[in-house]
Amino acid sequence: MWTLFKQWFHKMGSPRWFYYATGRWLPWLGLVTLVCLVTGLIWGLAFAPEDAKQGNSFRIIYIHVPASMLAMAGYYVMAVAGAIGLIWKMKLADMVMKSAAPIGAALTAIGLFTGAIWGKPTWGAYWVWDARITSMLILLFLYLGVMALQYSYRSQDMANKASAILALVGTVNIPIIYKSVDWWFTLHQPATIKFTEASSMHPDMFRPLLLMIVGFYAFYTLVLILNTRVEIIQRERRTRWVGELMGEA
Amino acid sequence: MQQFDSLQAFLSMGGHGPYVWSAYLVSLTVMAWLLLRPVIKRRQLLIALKKQQQREAMFGQTGH
Amino acid sequence: MLAEGSLQTEAMPVVEGSGFTAVLQRDLLLAFRHRGDIASPLIFFVIAVTLVPLALSPDPEKLADLAPGIIWVMALLASLLSVEGLFQADFNDGVLEQMVISPQPLYLMVLAKVIVHWLVTGLPLTLTAPLLAMMLYLPATGYAPLLTGLLLGTATFSLIGAIGAALTVALRKGGLLLSLIVMPLYMPVLIFGASSVQRAIEGINVSGPLALMGAILAFAAVVSPLASAGALRISMHG
Repeated sequence: MWTLFKQWFHKMGSPRWFYYATGRWLPWLGLVTLVCLVTGLIWGLAFAPEDAKQGNSFRIIYIHVPASMLAMAGYYVMAVAGAIGLIWKMKLADMVMKSAAPIGAALTAIGLFTGAIWGKPTWGAYWVWDARITSMLILLFLYLGVMALQYSYRSQDMANKASAILALVGTVNIPIIYKSVDWWFTLHQPATIKFTEASSMHPDMFRPLLLMIVGFYAFYTLVLILNTRVEIIQRERRTRWVGELMGEA
Repeated sequence: MQQFDSLQAFLSMGGHGPYVWSAYLVSLTVMAWLLLRPVIKRRQLLIALKKQQQREAMFGQTGH
Repeated sequence: MLAEGSLQTEAMPVVEGSGFTAVLQRDLLLAFRHRGDIASPLIFFVIAVTLVPLALSPDPEKLADLAPGIIWVMALLASLLSVEGLFQADFNDGVLEQMVISPQPLYLMVLAKVIVHWLVTGLPLTLTAPLLAMMLYLPATGYAPLLTGLLLGTATFSLIGAIGAALTVALRKGGLLLSLIVMPLYMPVLIFGASSVQRAIEGINVSGPLALMGAILAFAAVVSPLASAGALRISMHG
């Protein structure tokens, strides 16, 4: 089992193997993404029952919650890839890390934007200094920091190592930031704001949400792979297999 | 459309239409951009590399 | 004694920790020679706090309400501005290169530099804070948590800032980037620090948040030199 894993790990380390293997997966992944997202969207927008308190504005949840979940998970993907790149000097992991940053930042921005729009009919204001929203905003800052550091180095290798360190430090900090923001919020919480808990959701509302979450995970993987493939071509452009690839293109 | 009687009702979302539709529109636009960006980048990169390859073949260089 | 801008790395028996004391002594000596540099963050702190009543109002009640937040934000900014120079001079004259390749543990030498940085910025900032608190009409019960919090908080700021400074030291326009990447990491300290003063004024026990700040400081003291040392190696050798 262990040797099998090690073999797989070594194979994964080869950008060329990754490029060809993902080339075979991509159509299926694209299909899963498309089916989940389209079904989930239609289900959530037209067929899920209306929320008793919030009316139809709650339908934003089908995009807000999956995007926020992936924004958070994306930071860990980035940090883990960065750690692998730092420790085992795996080139592929560096490329994954570089690709993950803008995707995560975009999803965080989607989460913030949809949250703000949802807030207007629900709380009467676009922006509320609520614990979760504030944490998302700080997460966006963390992403932007990693991206800014990544783009400011001339040497790609240095940029990767530096942003990997920053991503790791950020990961260590995220629980502390979340706890502190939570504590800060309970300190200043106005009594009028009440939140609807996800656990009390009606199954008819929850099922399309589950589908959207699966769809977003597939979408994230798809986009991450597409970006990593571009990075691979960019960095391996002097090798023979990329030359052969161009012959086919 | 189980929840809505007409297309009109679906679009207005019981008064919350502008919020719901703008949230979805912007999010889907950003996601489409996320998806298209690597595709376009890949195509441009391959074209550029092909040109470079041809140029190098013409002058008989073997790369740097 | 060590000459300015040089470090003993000749072939002599390596004693654990001698790099630590050498860097500590050298940096303290340098800080003492360039006393003007110590004053800059302090003056910044005082001027920046003075801006607030000018922009808002001189109303004592309003200012007393805002005092903990103002002092904490300005102390954060002052610490942030000064941390940029933590490795800059050593990077420019090549001492940093010597440190990275020396047989002494880089971890301890970074820690020594951070300690000196705190002694010449964080500590003076903390000692100036009561004066500014008085000018902003901070209620008397707020002084003790303000001082304790700043003592712990500015040390954490120096430690976290060191990571950012190490990551950006090789970049030409590192200053703005440094604040961009470090400020989100400062936020928990700011939250606990400012809130504990606020709570003390309201008469609530603040040992909880202050203990948490101590824990964050201890954690940062372990992790930050490690991350900074790694970042310095990258900045020097790619």
